[in-house]
Amino acid sequence: MDLSFTPGEEAFRAECRAWLDANVPRPPLPSGDTRAGFAAHLEWERKLYDARYAVVSWPREVGGRDASLWEWLIFEEEYYRAGAPQRVTQNGIFLLAPTIFEFGTPEQQSRILPMMASGEQTWCQGWSEPNAGSDLAGIASKAVRDDTAGGWRLSGQKTWTTRGAFCTHLFGLFRSDPAAERHQGLTYFLVDLATPGVTVRGVERLDGDEGFAEVFFDDVFVPDADVLGEPNQGWAVAMATTGSERGLTLRSPGRFLATAQRLIDLYHERGDDPLLRDRVVAAYVDAEAYRWQTFWTVTRLAEGVSAGAESSMVKVFWSELDVRMHELALELLSEHAELLDGDGAWMKGYEFALAGPIYAGTNEIQRNVIAERVLGLPRR
Amino acid sequence: MRFAFSDEQLALRDAVRELLEHACTPAQLRAAWTNESGRIPGLWQQLVEMGVIGMLAPEADGGLGLRMVDLVLVLEESGRSGVPEPVVETAALGVPLFGRTDVTVAAGHELVPWADSADVIVTRDGSFRREDAELIPHPSVDGSRRMFEVRGTPAPVAAGTLDAAFARAAVGVAAQQCGLSQRMLDLTAEYAKERRQFGVPIGSFQAVKHQLANARVALEFARPLVYRAAATGDPVHASMAKCKADDAALLTARAALQCHGAIGYTTEYDLHLYMKRAWALARSMGDGRLHRDLVGEAIL
Repeated sequence: MDLSFTPGEEAFRAECRAWLDANVPRPPLPSGDTRAGFAAHLEWERKLYDARYAVVSWPREVGGRDASLWEWLIFEEEYYRAGAPQRVTQNGIFLLAPTIFEFGTPEQQSRILPMMASGEQTWCQGWSEPNAGSDLAGIASKAVRDDTAGGWRLSGQKTWTTRGAFCTHLFGLFRSDPAAERHQGLTYFLVDLATPGVTVRGVERLDGDEGFAEVFFDDVFVPDADVLGEPNQGWAVAMATTGSERGLTLRSPGRFLATAQRLIDLYHERGDDPLLRDRVVAAYVDAEAYRWQTFWTVTRLAEGVSAGAESSMVKVFWSELDVRMHELALELLSEHAELLDGDGAWMKGYEFALAGPIYAGTNEIQRNVIAERVLGLPRR
Repeated sequence: MRFAFSDEQLALRDAVRELLEHACTPAQLRAAWTNESGRIPGLWQQLVEMGVIGMLAPEADGGLGLRMVDLVLVLEESGRSGVPEPVVETAALGVPLFGRTDVTVAAGHELVPWADSADVIVTRDGSFRREDAELIPHPSVDGSRRMFEVRGTPAPVAAGTLDAAFARAAVGVAAQQCGLSQRMLDLTAEYAKERRQFGVPIGSFQAVKHQLANARVALEFARPLVYRAAATGDPVHASMAKCKADDAALLTARAALQCHGAIGYTTEYDLHLYMKRAWALARSMGDGRLHRDLVGEAIL
């Protein structure tokens, strides 16, 4: 067991810290889930890209620096420690990109990944439909083969699409073989939202931002080059994405360590309330637990052991930790908790944290997965 | 960074597990509840002969010159089998404290299990030779834990040394809590697969699944803190490990009992042997509140 980082990793940490301290936007940017805020965030992401910090773990030729998983974790810790904002490009770089690395053709990789890294193309996730949320395999949006044009024609509706109103592209699942068993016959498409027949309608979220969208498809043509993986194999491809979404790439420990530290700062600012001290410490310990569980997992990933259903445990843990920390912050703020100015970031953060146990597969679904695949309980 | 155990460490864990599977069965543990000492006759000697009790002592003193990180999986196994012996107290606390492998050590902050069958007793006040201490017995909810108040004049132990010894004990008990959690989860998952109601295994019900999933998540996030604390020897890390492992064990005990239903509420069934140990250990070597307070002193 070796719990130290190498001198090279420590040097990388120092380099990240210095650059971030000098460049993180201050005051913090407005919410990235509004049209104006999204544009401001893209400017920040472009700055990251120009300094080769946008996607450190990717290969150099597509905008990264070939960083190891350890270096990626170090970057994430430093990113959130510096108070840098959540990435508006996250659904592309953290969810779609790992899937493209695994299933994409070389042509798709070289065409899509650099544009994603630079923020010139931004991706939203088209999973949920009005009648398919937790039951993802119940999707009804259709893809019909168009041999003459060399592609597919999409129709139907996606919903609760995060940042769908601002993104340029969507990745999603469509039913390409209506006769097949429901997990079969799905195809994973990469869709340019400027294609004729696409209509996007923003939907205001709990926090008042236009962070959601409904996306309507009316005979939308998608060329074969924009099918990810094989036609009718979309379920397997999508499961790779959900693994990233639930597991470590979407919500790295750095984010929660930073929140725990901000909570400690707030505890002091609010006069060290002795009644809440125990819970402030517990939140910090939980953030540490997430950090070390991640190091445990990454060690095994580095040695070639795949994570599998464990990502569901991770998702339950970080999402509920995030809610707990924000609830505690609101208790510390007491009468000030409801205010949206000043320390209002905590209330906004609370509203965002409440989404965690719902998105990426509700925590009820995750608990089913844990019970069935980790503990071996019967499906039914 | 390589946060994983070595092949040698895993092999030792497997050897201990194999020994305990036949030397510390539920029937043997149950028998210890009603015998003279609360311990399993012959088990201590087998552990001593395997070298696990004295392994933290230098080789010159009859040990193996190993560290807590080498011992922690052994202690986790001792929890998993509910070993009713002062393993943590001797192997983790006493052997490095005294640099000796030839004494059985019983220890606790104030109350000391198995003090009557130990050679040396350690409390937060210092150390006692057993024959010099007055022992006042108390029954424990865990029938194998023979509990004692200790009266007498302790030999002083340097404060820093004593703190470090109790921090190692906290890590050791935390490891046992992880092992106990695993045992209770395994028992309950097996039962939930077998037990049928409404024509289906009760483990197919989400109300059962979700309780056990919560317990499994708690264990998943306690273990790394325990292993980290064993590797670093930092007392703040020890405190983090103890409070998270206690939480996991108490949550698991509660879920395990509820998911078993009435059979778990009987003493004929084995669950209570492990559940009551978890209850006892959660307040042994410092409870969660005390350890969070220690973490708070370091971070706030």
